[in-house]
Amino acid sequence: MSDTQAIAAPARPSAEPKFDRVMVTPEGVPLRVTVASGGMRAGALMLDIAIIGGLIVLVTLAALALLWAFGVTLGGDLEKASGPLQLLAVLWIISVFLFRNAYFLYFELGERAATWGKRVVGIRVAARDGGRLTAEAIIARNIVRDIELFLPLVFLTSGEASGTMTDLTAWAGFLWVLMFLLFPLFNSDRLRGGDVIAGTWVIENVKRNLGEIVAPMAAETTQDAGVPVARYQFSDADLSVYGEYELQTLEQVLRTGQEDALEKVTASICQKIGWEPGSGDERAFLEAYYTALRARLERSMRFGKRRKDKHSAPE
Amino acid sequence: MSSEQMAGAAVLRSDRFRIEREADWTRLEEIVARMEKGKARRLSDEDVLALPTLYRTLLSSLSIARDNSLDAGLIAYLEGLALRAYFMVYGTQTSFGGWLRSFFGGGWSRAVRAIQLDIWIALSVMIAGAVLGYVLVAGDSDWFYALVPANFSDARVPGASVEALRGTLFGGQEQSGLGVFAAFLFSNNAQVAILAFALGFAFAVPSILLLIHNMALLGAMLWVFADRGLALDFIGWLSIHGTTELFAILLAGAAGIHVGRAVAFPGDRSHLEAASEAGKRAALVMVGVILMLICAGLLEGFARQLVDNTTGRFAVGGGMLMLWLIYFIGVGRDRRSRLA
Repeated sequence: MSDTQAIAAPARPSAEPKFDRVMVTPEGVPLRVTVASGGMRAGALMLDIAIIGGLIVLVTLAALALLWAFGVTLGGDLEKASGPLQLLAVLWIISVFLFRNAYFLYFELGERAATWGKRVVGIRVAARDGGRLTAEAIIARNIVRDIELFLPLVFLTSGEASGTMTDLTAWAGFLWVLMFLLFPLFNSDRLRGGDVIAGTWVIENVKRNLGEIVAPMAAETTQDAGVPVARYQFSDADLSVYGEYELQTLEQVLRTGQEDALEKVTASICQKIGWEPGSGDERAFLEAYYTALRARLERSMRFGKRRKDKHSAPE
Repeated sequence: MSSEQMAGAAVLRSDRFRIEREADWTRLEEIVARMEKGKARRLSDEDVLALPTLYRTLLSSLSIARDNSLDAGLIAYLEGLALRAYFMVYGTQTSFGGWLRSFFGGGWSRAVRAIQLDIWIALSVMIAGAVLGYVLVAGDSDWFYALVPANFSDARVPGASVEALRGTLFGGQEQSGLGVFAAFLFSNNAQVAILAFALGFAFAVPSILLLIHNMALLGAMLWVFADRGLALDFIGWLSIHGTTELFAILLAGAAGIHVGRAVAFPGDRSHLEAASEAGKRAALVMVGVILMLICAGLLEGFARQLVDNTTGRFAVGGGMLMLWLIYFIGVGRDRRSRLA
């Protein structure tokens, strides 16, 4: 559990810390994942429904076009065409059934474990226990989709059509089926019924680029002079005012590299350690300070002492 | 400047650590990115072989970085890449064909055998439902109209003449559009079976109610025919596809009960663990149920109208039942139990 604790409190939590979870890989390494929020799930679902609807419309149009073609070639004699017509009807029924049930299966069984809608939103399905995502799990989570999604829809449309939706019991029934649809909102991992049954969850995709080394200039000056940190020398007292949180804030300032931010941070550091802030050389100063501070904190880290931020006791 | 020179130049040990390993990370990232784009087949053999090694190396880099480096950007990058690579290494790797082979070669029948207890529960529930429907309508024929929706009954109502009832059982040869009818029946029945399974999630109660309701309908219908001495013919008419279809609905209900039971009584596992274990097993059964319903739809649409006598219908229905039983009981047992 110590590993889990080590990353349980990240120095820089993501935008929505309440959706951050830890998943342990089969190798025993804990990885931070972000559970997809209800809004993302709903957005992906809307897209998927729109796509399925579009596919059904396309197939129907194609069938109608074929029908028209039959009509033209046979000169309106539809008696003769009953064979092909039946085939067409069978194909239509089967393709609608497949779109409704197999669309999700097919795409979630692929490498990216995500339907088109999920891909657009940037989320995917994963096994909750960190193991392999099996075909059975995908099948299970999508079979249950039927009661969650299509049952309320069918209930509403058929009830509306037969005029029973005026009934109070019909509305009670509708609320009951709606409960399945809203199930994800009642648990913190945003699991829907199918996820519970299948042991899966839906998490956000990550794609981060490897940034440059934070303080390359510090390295160059070192190389030129042959001794560490030639231009700026910081005493122990200068470096003991900050902890890891401040270091990583500084890292971010250096990575984004906005001039006014650099100036502001330089001023506040100089004030803290009682230096006179020079001007025009902020970047070199900050890189040197960053490197020295990180070297110091990493050294004590290797001895098992960590300092979270400036308020915690110096190592 | 070569990477060795850079490593020598870097002031921080953690930066040197990064520069030494960067090339491996970038290579892994390229492989993963190509796999994510669905171009896994175009990867060279070397890359495919290197993937697991690179992935494990990355995980160890990540563990080291977490303990030695305060470069938040680097750790975030490693975590993200580790997750992406993890999904590629532990993704759904079974090919569709391979999965299908294992499914028919024993996966399905093993799953069915594993939910045996639930099958017995579902079977007794179904028999009880049919008996209930029969007894209710026998006691008071008004029950029939409460149990059977209007679009099913048409000619088949209490008090209908023998000829009218016989007409619904036999003589459908001229009926056209059998294929369409079969496809429609399949789509319809599959949806009912899926419902029976999916509702099991709510502690199995709705599944059981659904089974009772559908079977009560059948029981009521049986009484109507039995009342006119056509019970055997009706059962024959039903059995040609019914042995397959009712078996499929039995399995779907049992799968639902299996999940419901796991949710309600998880034993010493957690609720979520129990549910997902049962759910994956039941999902296998359900894929089989859909296939059985395709068979049933074909039998109902074609064979029932083509085989127009009770003996023939019993032969087809009984044959199908035998086939299913042999498959479920016999296929996919491991060697030890076969020797025993």
